[in-house]
Amino acid sequence: MSMTADVYDRRQDRRPWLKRLADASEPYLYSAPALILIIVVMLVPLVVGISYAFRDIQLLNPFSGGFIGLEHFETLSKDRAFYTALKNTLWWTGASVFLQFGFGLILALLLDKPFMGRGLVQALVFLPWAVPSFLAGLNWSWLFNPVIGPIPHWLFDLGLMSQPGNILSDPQYAMWGPIIANVWWGIPFFAITLLAALQSIPRDLYEAASIDGASWFQRFWSITLPFLAPTIAITVLLRTVWISNFADLIVVMTGGGPADRTQIVASYIFTQAFKALDFGYASAIALVLLVLLLAYSMLIILLRQTLLNKG
Amino acid sequence: MKTSLLPTIAHRLAILAYVIFALFPLYWLFKVSLTPNDLLYSEGVRMWPSRTTWEHYSFVLQHSAFPTFFKNSLIVSGSTAIIVTICASLSGYALSRFSFRFKYWIVGLMLLTQMFPLVMLVAPIFKILTPLGLTNSLTGLIVVYTAFNVPFATFLMQSFFDGIPKDLEEAAMIDGATKFTAFREIILPLTLPGIAATLGFVFTAAWSELLFALMLINGNNAATFPVGLLTFVSKFSVDFGQMMAAGVLALIPAALFFLLIQRYLVQGLTAGAVKG
Repeated sequence: MSMTADVYDRRQDRRPWLKRLADASEPYLYSAPALILIIVVMLVPLVVGISYAFRDIQLLNPFSGGFIGLEHFETLSKDRAFYTALKNTLWWTGASVFLQFGFGLILALLLDKPFMGRGLVQALVFLPWAVPSFLAGLNWSWLFNPVIGPIPHWLFDLGLMSQPGNILSDPQYAMWGPIIANVWWGIPFFAITLLAALQSIPRDLYEAASIDGASWFQRFWSITLPFLAPTIAITVLLRTVWISNFADLIVVMTGGGPADRTQIVASYIFTQAFKALDFGYASAIALVLLVLLLAYSMLIILLRQTLLNKG
Repeated sequence: MKTSLLPTIAHRLAILAYVIFALFPLYWLFKVSLTPNDLLYSEGVRMWPSRTTWEHYSFVLQHSAFPTFFKNSLIVSGSTAIIVTICASLSGYALSRFSFRFKYWIVGLMLLTQMFPLVMLVAPIFKILTPLGLTNSLTGLIVVYTAFNVPFATFLMQSFFDGIPKDLEEAAMIDGATKFTAFREIILPLTLPGIAATLGFVFTAAWSELLFALMLINGNNAATFPVGLLTFVSKFSVDFGQMMAAGVLALIPAALFFLLIQRYLVQGLTAGAVKG
């Protein structure tokens, strides 16, 4: 609406002021319940949590609670477990996102082709997404358990293991357990979003390309990929942040062990708060994680701007 | 269109591989839950036990605390889903239909809540809820889950409202209806599928939540399913049959809701992608 129309409206506005007030506050009334909940349950604890990072808060110690400045951060800078967790977070996130995306893209391409029973297949392959994460974690830790699960025996039969053992207790390979569970659980997310993007590509483009004699790979490379690029970029980037914070599978499957080999920063925060009951230190680590994630998001926004300016 | 046989076979085989990979863990869960204890170790890797039994299910349902966990989870997830959907349809409507001064601040705030790691809030929320008597209580969990799910549900509902033409309510208002009457009588009935989808998404999310439930609840009385199952696992880690029977039971409501919302998955995940 243009400026003149606005002015005209206001001059013509003969509503009584009470009615005008009611109209103006209407959207706020609609959003009030949601806003109040978010502010009270998320924003206030966030601020409180940031303040904890500078205080000595231990649940079982009644004398704690004092302001200690940057002491937690000094401890943190010398905390070997934290650096291990940081390294593990990169490995966990990188491998999970890469594999989820790769297998998700292949699945989306397979499902994009019409065939008999596609609806049923789609429901079946997307089912892992609906499995609660704790159950997915338990389920996979049972599959890796030599007493009850088949995987160690298969690996043994293939000659990959000298005896059927549990990889979750093997310091060298333990991280693969949660990663595989995460891939199983996360493929549907990528497959669903990519399939939606695939189905929005106009079909005549492919037909024209086939008439011109383009091979499958040429069509994929010069039609499919460019169309998918924006969806790929946004889902991969957002998923990266989400997975780096996703501690459920690790808490359930390994609890960070053996010897912190699967501890990621998010599960380390949880362990400090839940097991050590050291809320101050947990909040300090959380603050560092928040800063790192913010830096990552800024990087993405900058990258996006440069790419947009180029295009 | 010529169809050659070889690529078709390769395509079907690849699809089959995905279906097997997706279903095998759930199949194994079900298989072990039906295996009698005396066969558990001797027939560990067989695809199907030589005898099956429902005794694990009857034990879990009659002699364990799982029915309580199940009931608690149902109360928490159900209430969360209903309250969130009410709040989110109101706020989603506001974002979809009004333009107002602080709109972008509100959207920004909601996006912000989706960006930071929720695990940050574990300690402060515990500290804040304790003096209020909201730890170890289902009410406390409902409040926390409701707030966590409102932003995403708001974006989801907004996307559903955006899909309804504005002319409909304008016509009703010309006929003398107030905006709220138009919302209630015309818009809400049209968004019923969207409301069902939101209910499903939030229910599943609350049903699966683990970390806050572990932190805020101790003791069996207020334990939700994840907490109960994990306590059970760490206490009786040899009763595999019973644990898996409980696991299968925990899967049922989630799978039901999945079937209900399956049609809306794409819309939900796109709104989810927007939220982060």
